[in-house]
Amino acid sequence: MTVHQQGLHFSLAKPASPSLASYRGDHLLVAEMIPSGAKVLDVGCGDGDLLQLLESRGIDGRGIELSREGVNRCVGKGLAVVQGDADTDLVNYPDDAFDYVILSQTLQATRQPRVVLENLLRIGRSAIVSFPNFGFWRMRLQLLVGGRMPRTENLPATWYDTPNIHFCTIKDFVHLCDDIHVKMERAVALDLHGRPLRLNAPWWFWNLFGEQGVFLLERVGK
Amino acid sequence: MVNVQPLKSVSVRPEDRSQEANNPTSLVEKFGTDEPLRLDCGVDLAPFQIAYQTYGTLNADRTNAILICHALTGDQHVFNQNPVTGKPGWWGTMVGPGKALDTERYFIICSNVLGGCMGSTGPASLNPATGKIWGLDFPVITIPDMVRAQAMLIDRLGITQLFCVVGGSMGGMQTLQWTAAYPERVFSALAVACSTKHSAQNIAFHELGRQAVMADPDWRGGRYFEEGTHPHRGLGVARMAAHITYLSDAALHRKFGRRMQDRELPTFSFDADFQVESYLRYQGSSFVERFDANSYLYLTRAMDYFDIAADHDGKLAEAFRDTKTRFCLMSFTSDWLFPTAESRDVVHALNAGGVRVSFAEIETDKGHDAFLLDVPEFLDIADAFLNSAAAVHGLPVGEAGQ
Repeated sequence: MTVHQQGLHFSLAKPASPSLASYRGDHLLVAEMIPSGAKVLDVGCGDGDLLQLLESRGIDGRGIELSREGVNRCVGKGLAVVQGDADTDLVNYPDDAFDYVILSQTLQATRQPRVVLENLLRIGRSAIVSFPNFGFWRMRLQLLVGGRMPRTENLPATWYDTPNIHFCTIKDFVHLCDDIHVKMERAVALDLHGRPLRLNAPWWFWNLFGEQGVFLLERVGK
Repeated sequence: MVNVQPLKSVSVRPEDRSQEANNPTSLVEKFGTDEPLRLDCGVDLAPFQIAYQTYGTLNADRTNAILICHALTGDQHVFNQNPVTGKPGWWGTMVGPGKALDTERYFIICSNVLGGCMGSTGPASLNPATGKIWGLDFPVITIPDMVRAQAMLIDRLGITQLFCVVGGSMGGMQTLQWTAAYPERVFSALAVACSTKHSAQNIAFHELGRQAVMADPDWRGGRYFEEGTHPHRGLGVARMAAHITYLSDAALHRKFGRRMQDRELPTFSFDADFQVESYLRYQGSSFVERFDANSYLYLTRAMDYFDIAADHDGKLAEAFRDTKTRFCLMSFTSDWLFPTAESRDVVHALNAGGVRVSFAEIETDKGHDAFLLDVPEFLDIADAFLNSAAAVHGLPVGEAGQ
C-alpha cells in the first residue's frame, strides 16, 4: 500500500467557538477538510447537521437523503436537500458538478458501494467518505467471544433489521480504493468518542482501534 | 319514470358576469396599443389589462416583493373577501400576518392570469375592436404568455427582482416558467404540486372538461353572452370531473365513504343518494356562478401546451442551467395529477443544471388540493424555506426562523 496517513491541524479540546462542542467529531473533521466557498454535495445527509455546520463556514452545501422525515427536517432548516437514493440517483448528477462529495456513515448502507464510490468521484473532484470500521476491536471481540453479530451504541440494529448491508473494515476500504485507482489524500481513524487516533500509528493499529475511518479521496490524474 | 336530477340551473345575468371581467373590484394596470403583449401564437395582444391585489408594504429598496401565481380556477383574491363569492381569500393558510407569506414583512402581489375572468383580459372581456365580448375570438394563450404579462405588471410596479415567486398547480407552472424565462428577476421560487409539463393523463382530463362545456347546447359556439344563455351544466360537469382529480380515493373515502345524503335507503332513482354525489353537484353548481366557461377552455388549454423542456431542445436542465434562483419544490403523496415522480424529474434537471434546490414530498391523503389546505408539514417547510431565503436576501426573518 502506497498511501500515507496524514495529520490534521485539528483539536476537539479547543473548539473555535462554544457551539462547535455540539457538533459530532467526524463532522468537525469533515468540515476541516473543506475550504470556504467550496460547492459540496452531502449524500445521505440525515437531519442536515453536517450541512448546517458547512453552511455556517461559508460552504455551498447541497444534500441528498433517503428518508422523507430526514429530508423534510433538512428543508425545514432551510437547507438545499432533496429526497433521493445514493444507489440510484447519483447517476442523474453531471460530471464535476461539485468540488467535494461527502458520504458520511452511509457507504455501508448502499447496495453497490463500489459503484457509489466511483460516482462520488465522477460528480466531485474530491470525495470524503466516513464509515464505521467493522475491524474495531469491540466488533471483533463480540464475534469472537459472543459468537453473534456485533451491536454497538453507534450501530444498535440487529442483523435482521439493519439498513447496513455492506460493512467493511478500514483495511477493506483501503483495498477498494487501490482497486479502483483512487488517490487517498488523507486518512484519519477516530476512536469511540470521535477523537482522531495517533497519527503515526500503523494501519493494523487503526484497523483495530479505529471505531470509524474518514478518508479524503481524489481522482488519479485529476 | 325514474326520478332524475340534473345539475340545477343558475340565474346570473350576463351583464353581472362580465362586470368583474371588465371592471374588477381590484387594482388594474392597463397596457395600451403602444405596449402589446407578444403571444406565443403569434398575435400581438393590445390593449389589455391585468387585475391584481397587493398585501403588505413594498420596502424602500423594493426587495421584499413576492408574486403569488394562482391555480386554474383561482384568482387574485388571495387574502381578502372574494367580490363574487363573498368567501374569504383562497390561501389564508399560507398568507397573512405571521404566516409563511407574511404580510407584515413582505409585499405580496397576486394578479389574475391572462385569459382569466376576474379582471385580466380574457375571453370574457370586451374586445375593444368589436365592442363585443371576446369569446372564441380571443387568441389561444400559453403559460409563458401569462408570465410575460405578469412581468409587464411587475415592471409597472417598479420592481426589478422578486424576492419570491410562489404557486401551486398551474401557479407552480407559472413559477417554474418565471425562473426559466427571467432567472435574474427571481431570487427564490416555491413551486408546489406541479411540473414543467402537462402529462397525457392531465391533458385527457382537461379534454373531458372542455368537451363537457362544448356539448352543452347553451354554450352556443362560445357566444353565450350574446345569446343570453350560459353553459352551466357543461361547465358544472367539467368542474365535477376535475374536482375528483383534485382529491384522492382516500380523501373521498374519509369524507364521504358510502354514506347516504339525508336518507336511510336508496331511492332507486338518479337522485343524489350518496353524499359524494351531493358534494360534487354542489361543487359543480357553485363553480359556474363564479367562472366563465370560455375562460375555462382557454386556461386548461394553456396548461396542456405547457412544456418547458420543449422550448430548450427537449433538455430540461438547459432551461435552468446555472440559475442563481433558490428553489423549493414540494409534492404530495396522494396527488395523482402531479405525482411525486414528476417533481423528482424537475429536481433532477435542476441538480443537473447546478441549481440550489430543496425538494420534499409531504405525506397526506388530501390529494392535489393539499396545497390549499391546512397541511402543517407543508406550511412549516414553506415558512422555513422563505425564512432561510429572507436571511440570505437581507430581509427580516419571521419568529419561527429566528
